[in-house]
Amino acid sequence: MNPVNYLYLAALLFTIGATGVLIRRNAIVVFMCVELMLNACNLAFVAFSRMHGNLDGQIIAFFTMVVAAAEVVVGLAIIVSLFRSRHSASVDDASLMKL
Amino acid sequence: MSATAAVHSLWTTAATAADPISKIDAPKIEYGQLAPTLIVVGAAVLGVLVEAFVPRRTRYYAQMFVAVVALAAAFAAVVALAADGYGTTKAGIAAMGAIAVDGPALFLQGTILLTALVGLFTFAERRLDPEAHGNRVDSFAAQAASVPGSDSEKKAVKAGFTTTEVFPLLLFAVAGMLIFPAANDLLTLFVALEVFSLPLYLLCALARRKRLMSQEAAVKYFLLGAFASAFTLFGIALLYGYSGSMSYATIAQVVDGTVPDVTPALADTMGNDALLLVGAALLVMGLLFKVGAVPFHMWTPDVYQGAPTPVTGFMAAATKVAAFGALLRVLYVVLPGLRWDWRPVMWAVAIVTMLAGAVVAITQTDIKRLLAYSSIAHAGFILAGVIAATPSGVSSVLFYLAAYSFVTIGAFAVVTLVRDAGGEATHLSKWAGLGRRSPLVAAVFAVFLLAFAGIPLTSGFAGKFAVFKAAAEGGAAPLVVVGVVSSAIAAFFYIRVIVLMFFSEPRPEGPTVAVPSPLTMTAIGVGVAVTVVLGVAPQYFLQLAGDAGVFVR
Repeated sequence: MNPVNYLYLAALLFTIGATGVLIRRNAIVVFMCVELMLNACNLAFVAFSRMHGNLDGQIIAFFTMVVAAAEVVVGLAIIVSLFRSRHSASVDDASLMKL
Repeated sequence: MSATAAVHSLWTTAATAADPISKIDAPKIEYGQLAPTLIVVGAAVLGVLVEAFVPRRTRYYAQMFVAVVALAAAFAAVVALAADGYGTTKAGIAAMGAIAVDGPALFLQGTILLTALVGLFTFAERRLDPEAHGNRVDSFAAQAASVPGSDSEKKAVKAGFTTTEVFPLLLFAVAGMLIFPAANDLLTLFVALEVFSLPLYLLCALARRKRLMSQEAAVKYFLLGAFASAFTLFGIALLYGYSGSMSYATIAQVVDGTVPDVTPALADTMGNDALLLVGAALLVMGLLFKVGAVPFHMWTPDVYQGAPTPVTGFMAAATKVAAFGALLRVLYVVLPGLRWDWRPVMWAVAIVTMLAGAVVAITQTDIKRLLAYSSIAHAGFILAGVIAATPSGVSSVLFYLAAYSFVTIGAFAVVTLVRDAGGEATHLSKWAGLGRRSPLVAAVFAVFLLAFAGIPLTSGFAGKFAVFKAAAEGGAAPLVVVGVVSSAIAAFFYIRVIVLMFFSEPRPEGPTVAVPSPLTMTAIGVGVAVTVVLGVAPQYFLQLAGDAGVFVR
């Protein structure tokens, strides 16, 4: 199968993720959408790796996974502490500093 | 398809070769040239161990010791490398092409390390808040996991807990920042970006006072930062797809069309300009987010206001240095062949950034938000130097970053001193008449504001002059006009704060100015000294930045 199709899929997933970040209100869901974007990047890396016949892209996919895992650790810690003090994970409620 | 065949042959050789392990060359790592980063990473790991094994009472001192020694040693290593000629004649690529050791990298690393050292002093300050249950407290939450206002928080305060984890977090952030402007391939760039961002997200959430605001700032910074880094990563993926490589030099060759061996797959993707243009745009967008340029500046005011003030000062200074370093390297080393495409875009970004930062700052009523918008305007001024695309553009940006970072960290250190019952009194109305009650503090703050405004005899003037001169010589004269106009607008609100401090009546229940320990005094003193020295006698430092202004490829 032509690897270009995987790139279209990656772009589609990335767009879905980006749209989700912009329109969803729950911090956890927003964060999941960011993770979807990172996974779309991984798909693109692996597809390009196949097209070029070198393994760089596949190695990067592993790095991205590790970075995404680290981001989950930090992100969930922050979101959970916000939820515990406000009893809400909505990003709209967090507006103490709005002018 | 030949590309597919290439992949298969790669896999089958690996599987059938008699002794595949012996064919892997061990990577060659130049430990000496990477010493600054390695020292800081090592100390950060040591800090984690200190946190695990040292008794709570002595942790603060142990962490301080580790961090100060590490930052000083790393700075000494940078100076030694520079004295050895790694900034000029011996500049090269280290760690199998991952890290560049050259003039701009060493200059920015030195700046980041000094800024971090000064920032560390403000982190460690423990005399500003009144003692809680007989324990000295710093700016950070007693226990980050406890819910604000809950019993567990009260217990943690009573027990005298302190979040000494901030020191290793600071060191990890510094380590990422050291790699960021020196990264010589896109993977290293991305990993460094995350390594310095993640500790900063956490540090933002750790304020002792106004904890809800602090947590809110952290959530905003985290979500927007992760969003931006996902865009960066997709840009990296597209550039990799375009050029078949992650290395800056190879991508630059592919962009120029001078790459020596073109495989059929590469010939196919090289012809696809959409990959290059979209990829470069997404990558640069991620970097512009980190420097806080309009239209990617939305996070700046909220995060600067909500984060603990020592963190804000460190973040405002060091992140800007690291991110502009990486932006310079990406634009000058990876994408010089695209100059005619990125320059118009950066023109627009610089103009909007300068004007929006200066105009919106006028309406601010909170000193930290005001400084945040001022940092946006300054990002615009620095972008004007980036656009010059000449060697003097690089050196002027380096000088500006060094000058700006010390002013910023000093200004935020002064903000930590002005306090009332609720912690820091950041509302501007409370600063009225400060100059009558505490002339010294107000005078020091006035020096920093004048430096931000770019008044002669301060470092701000020398930096702005260098940047605008480089921009004018690089053919961006209209940009200089916009820069001067927005400097004038910005000067209005800086002067307004000075007038407020010195020429209005103090409020009866106004804030008090805390007497800091020598730590914060040192931070503010270094800020004033650098501001004045770089303003009165900038030649030596301009020369230093000029010598350091050549990127290695």
